[in-house]
Amino acid sequence: MLNFIFRRLLIAVPTLIFLVVFSFLIMHSAPGGPFDSEKPIPPAVKANIEKKYGLDQPLYKQMLNYIGGIVTEFDFGPSFRYKDRTVNELIADGFPVTLTYGFIAFVFAVSIGVSIGVYAALHQNSWLDYSTLSFAIVGQILPNFVMAPLLVLIFTNTLGWLPGGGWEGGKIQFIILPAVALGTSYLASIARITRSSMLEVLHSNFIRTAKAKGLPYKTIIFKHALKPAMLPVISYLGPAFVGMITGSVIIDTFFSTGGIGLHFVNSALNRDYSVLMGVTILLGTLTILFSTLVDILYAWIDPKIRY
Amino acid sequence: MLIDHEKSQALAENLANQAEVQGRSLWKDAANRFYHNKAAMAGLVVLCLVVIFTLVGPLFAQWDNEEIDWNALGNIATAGAPSIETGHYFGTDELGRDLYSRVIQGTQVSLMVGVIGSLIAVVIGTLYGATAGYIGGRLDGVMMRFVDIMMSVPYMFILILLMVIFGRSIFLIFIGIGLISWLDMSRIVRGQTLSLKNKEFIEAAIAAGVPTFNIIVRHIVPNVLGIVIVYATLLVPQMILTESFISFLGLGVQEPLTSWGVLISEGAGTMSYGTLWQLAFPLFFFVITLLSFFFIGDGLRDALDPKDR
Amino acid sequence: MSLLSVRDLSVTFNTLDGKVHAVNGVNFDLEEKQSLAIVGESGSGKSQTVFSLMGLLSSNGTSSGSVLFNGQEILNLPENELNKFRANEIGIIFQDPMTSLNPYMKVSDQLMEVLIHHKGLSKREAFNESVDMLDAVKIPDARNRIMFYPHEFSGGMRQRVMIAMSLLCRPKLLIADEPTTALDVTVQSQIMNLLSELQQEFGTAIILITHDLGVVAGACEKTLVMYGGRVMEYNHTDQLFKQPTHPYTKGLLSAIPRLDLNEEELNTIPGNPPNMLNPPSGCPFQPRCEFAEQKCSDSLPDLLVNKDDTKRACHLDSDKIISSSREAQL
Repeated sequence: MLNFIFRRLLIAVPTLIFLVVFSFLIMHSAPGGPFDSEKPIPPAVKANIEKKYGLDQPLYKQMLNYIGGIVTEFDFGPSFRYKDRTVNELIADGFPVTLTYGFIAFVFAVSIGVSIGVYAALHQNSWLDYSTLSFAIVGQILPNFVMAPLLVLIFTNTLGWLPGGGWEGGKIQFIILPAVALGTSYLASIARITRSSMLEVLHSNFIRTAKAKGLPYKTIIFKHALKPAMLPVISYLGPAFVGMITGSVIIDTFFSTGGIGLHFVNSALNRDYSVLMGVTILLGTLTILFSTLVDILYAWIDPKIRY
Repeated sequence: MLIDHEKSQALAENLANQAEVQGRSLWKDAANRFYHNKAAMAGLVVLCLVVIFTLVGPLFAQWDNEEIDWNALGNIATAGAPSIETGHYFGTDELGRDLYSRVIQGTQVSLMVGVIGSLIAVVIGTLYGATAGYIGGRLDGVMMRFVDIMMSVPYMFILILLMVIFGRSIFLIFIGIGLISWLDMSRIVRGQTLSLKNKEFIEAAIAAGVPTFNIIVRHIVPNVLGIVIVYATLLVPQMILTESFISFLGLGVQEPLTSWGVLISEGAGTMSYGTLWQLAFPLFFFVITLLSFFFIGDGLRDALDPKDR
Repeated sequence: MSLLSVRDLSVTFNTLDGKVHAVNGVNFDLEEKQSLAIVGESGSGKSQTVFSLMGLLSSNGTSSGSVLFNGQEILNLPENELNKFRANEIGIIFQDPMTSLNPYMKVSDQLMEVLIHHKGLSKREAFNESVDMLDAVKIPDARNRIMFYPHEFSGGMRQRVMIAMSLLCRPKLLIADEPTTALDVTVQSQIMNLLSELQQEFGTAIILITHDLGVVAGACEKTLVMYGGRVMEYNHTDQLFKQPTHPYTKGLLSAIPRLDLNEEELNTIPGNPPNMLNPPSGCPFQPRCEFAEQKCSDSLPDLLVNKDDTKRACHLDSDKIISSSREAQL
């Protein structure tokens, strides 16, 4: 098991390095630096600014400084655009917001998705089973950027039950719509995956053996069937997490929650490279770490993967 | 024993004659299965209608997609509503531009992104996967490790990064989306190649001295085509979703070009002003097209994927 | 009173293409400690016969008739009633040991849960009992191996684990559904020997299901031959081998390859097993039968019970079939 974790980290670390180096190089190959876009600045002033931000040093040194800053002090440098704010401040500002509704959406999607999927499989061809199947199809064509406006249209504009945006320090009524908009399509996918893998397991030979052993129904489902049925769900958690992190950009923008995604989009529109890079690296690291964790979890459950 | 033998031989021949079945080709078989799949056929019909609409639709348009209807501007909620008389069949957008023309244009762009993006993904993914799988060994290890690494990178951020740095052109969207979505395809093709590699006809080709590249292109690729087609069909809606995502954020295609993502975003932004048609029409085309692709993809998978047989 | 008495057992599956009558009016009895082989080609309904009496049919299958176990009706009992018999009174071994054990649970857990559930043993008692049973099925180093996962065993070893699992509660009846089909030939005979030994040791009655007459020869006292979901012939195994009275049995026997006769080709029964969606008229074997006459396709032969408790379902005189094999041998 330790061996497996080690091998898995052997993939994760180069991925991280690749991500950092790649985004750094791309930033610097950008035609035109961050300060030439608007009115021309006198060369002396420009040189001064570049010196302040360390842009006059050779590329590899800039990169090492940058990475060093992140690793040793968790310092992503200053924002090029908002002169008085550092990237760290922007992250500290927006990250907790995104994390709050993102976590709720994730838990909501996994717990309800798995429950619905298991129930549908155990009651195959019931009305709930058919609803699950239709819901799974609908979930595929209603991504977060379609869900968000539709939810606001129904629950804010028509029914007037919930606010259509804002955050207000994370009051519950402000969290619901963002979390549902973000989580629904993943909930649908998880329900569908759970259902089909549970059905497959229930038709497998070892479940027939368990029945022939005279074990009670509950023991068969929870002790014998649930674990193998969860494996495909677990391997989907990685992509689902990446998708949700990505989706948070939409949610933050659409609901004006002030989350980290909003900073990302603003910095993308304003060519604020340092913020763009900081957010990319932070969220990238998060997804890479999570995928690694999920793989380890998978290996821990499936005894056949033991190197 | 002699009598027995003759008798049983006669019996066997008799049975063999009865049991003779017309041979059917694999593709014909699959086409037949696909043809009997109602959802997939419905999807195909709807998709064809959408494509025809984008081709024929412009002939009926009374307004250009960039033209601003000054009569409607400032009073969109009433003057810009869908109507035959004004020539705005789908109404106008917030700037008084004809939504009918814009939806047609957006549909064209989105479909094109989907199709071209998945074509790029198919070509790169198939060649990459077939090469890794066929050559195997250390090269396979390195190539697939690279895919592993690429897969855990949050590609949407990279794509947005690229768009920001190199400017938002539709060309870059095609390339960018295609370049990041060949990974799954390469894994699938590699798996198939591994199982094909030891088949007799490949060994025969090797024995006959066919060069490696020709074996990959002439023998491996045609045999993985079925699966590639299935996943390419399922890739198209994913490409469309990715493009819509970026365009929804305002980071995708640029005016005057438009796409479903842009239109949905605009429609969503104005839905509280009583101009719901601005959301409804693009969303309608988005939803039916994606549904069609999913049903067609599922139908193709049932028809072609040997796993489900 | 017989240990097991099966009367008029029929099994039907509802499929998309229509109803499939997999088993039609099967009758047989089994005494305590007796061994019975059920023989037939694939699709003859032999596996579905025993699955139905264990309540293990897939969800689209229904069974009718009567199955008395120790005088108690067990066919179509509700699950919780049936669970008192499963493993406790009737054990079963499946065809494919590779997939019949749960790959995600340790062998120890899979064995122990049977004893804990049926006998109410403590974990420690159940563990020791399980190790003893693995010893009994000759798994070397059982005390350590019991902590392994199924994929860490070879096919033959896994089948031994299955056998141990089915015998844990000392059932009165053990059903072995093609226990050796998925195994190597050398391992096959080891498993068959083990089953015979264990049957002696535990005094269990056995129903052995197989398509391989060679496996039956030394293993079972009685043999039931099935075809098209019906019983064709039932006799003492020796008698059946020596003097088959049914054309199908005769065909099966002559299909066993023999090294002592210098034959140029393998004998086969021409044709294929019947399509159960659309069975032939009359006797199910009639389209492939070398003795078939008009009456065979007109009506179904009854399963007649002879004085010596042997059974046979054929329109033709048994003498005719016996004499034809004499001719052939001459």
